[in-house]
This record gives sequence, C-alpha cells and structure tokens, in this order.
Amino acid sequence: MKIQLRFFASLREALGSQQELELPDGSTVAALRDGLRERGGRYAELLAPQRAVRCAVNQAMAAETTVIHDGAEVAFFPPVTGG
Amino acid sequence: MLPRVAIQTADFDLSREVAALREGDAGVGAVASFIGTVRDRSDGSGVSEMELEHYPGMTERSIEAMIDAAMARFEIRAARVVHRVGRLLPGEQIVLVAVSSAHRGQAFQACEFLMDYLKTQAPFWKKETTPEGARWVDARVADDAALQRWGLAACNAPGSA
Repeated sequence: MKIQLRFFASLREALGSQQELELPDGSTVAALRDGLRERGGRYAELLAPQRAVRCAVNQAMAAETTVIHDGAEVAFFPPVTGG
Repeated sequence: MLPRVAIQTADFDLSREVAALREGDAGVGAVASFIGTVRDRSDGSGVSEMELEHYPGMTERSIEAMIDAAMARFEIRAARVVHRVGRLLPGEQIVLVAVSSAHRGQAFQACEFLMDYLKTQAPFWKKETTPEGARWVDARVADDAALQRWGLAACNAPGSA
C-alpha cells in the first residue's frame, strides 16, 4: 500500500517535508518508525526510540499501535509548542 | 457568524473579535478572553524573533475538536480561537481564545480549558532566534500537567507522566 509521509518542524528541516512511501499492509506507526530508522543517518538519529516524536495518522494524533491504511497521510513531528 | 477557528499570519484585534463573538446573542452575560504574546526572553536568552509553524488542516481540525469538547463540558454560548503563524517579533500577539457564556464562572473555566488543551494538543511549533542562533522551543511538562488537571490525558512533552 502507498502512504504520504510528512514531517514538521525540526524533523522537516532534516528529512524534508513530504514523500510517498510503499508499506506492507497492516503496518503500525511503530513499524513505520522502525523502518524509517533503518535508513540510517539523520533518520536513525532523529527517530531513535529515546527521542520524543509524536505521530498523526490522517491528521489525528496517533499511538505507536495505530494501524495505517492504504492512502493514509502519516506525519511525524516533535512535541507541540503552540499557544 | 465568524468561523470558530482562524489560523492566520495577520494580527488580530481583541475588541473586534469580542464584538463578533457577542453579536446577536442577548443571552451573553460574560466574555472571558486570553491573549498570548511573544516574550523578548526565553530560558535565559534574549529572543529577537519567533517563527511559528503549523500543520495546515490538522491544526484547524484539532482546535475545532477542542471547542466541541469545551461546549460539551461547560455552559458556554460561543468560542473563538485565533492563532498566528509565520514570523513574529517580541511584543506581538500570538494567540487569542475568547469565550462567551451567561455567567462568568463557565467563561473563565472554558477559556483556561481551551488554552491548556491547545498548548499540548494543537500542532504548532515555535522556533526562536537568540544571540546564540535559532532553536526550536522545547515542550514543557508543566503544560501537560495543566491539561491533566481537567482529567484529560496529556503526554506531549518528553518525560511527562
């Protein structure tokens, strides 16, 4: 299945804002994050388990266990700091 | 009627916003509002400018959901949230939350509830420029604690319970 991957804030600066990605059906947020980390370099550093990274699936806050469906928009970003 | 949420680069005017919020509703007996502004210092450094990034679409949607939650929880008549994005200078306004209700108690509470919610759940990110360079602002555990007081789960900041 295909998804749209997006990054914001410090992750966007290092990894780019948007890319299309092929994923196995039934992948979870945790599996996607693990897969991205395997690319190494800045991905491995910025998505390391000890880093605070939040995720949204289809523009709603998601958990590590959230299952991603075909055509989803998945975004990773640092903790939010608005207001 | 104004939309309940506006994300904009332009500044806003409190009196106009409050007038629009109250317009045509004679049942309003109280309006509470909060304005957040850019400070010229942060964590011991001078701040010369701030850049605010957001997630177009998700930001509006998440604040709409917060207003729904506030309307369900408090006896309020209307609410309006304006949040600026882009480049801001010290002293400039960043955010407005305004709430109308029949009596003051519910308006005060709903206004604080919406701000606590927004701080930890709406996708905005601040980057400040200091003499040491530009840096992304860290999320604060205290902001999560503020939302938890309302009985809501919050785990935005790293290390937050």
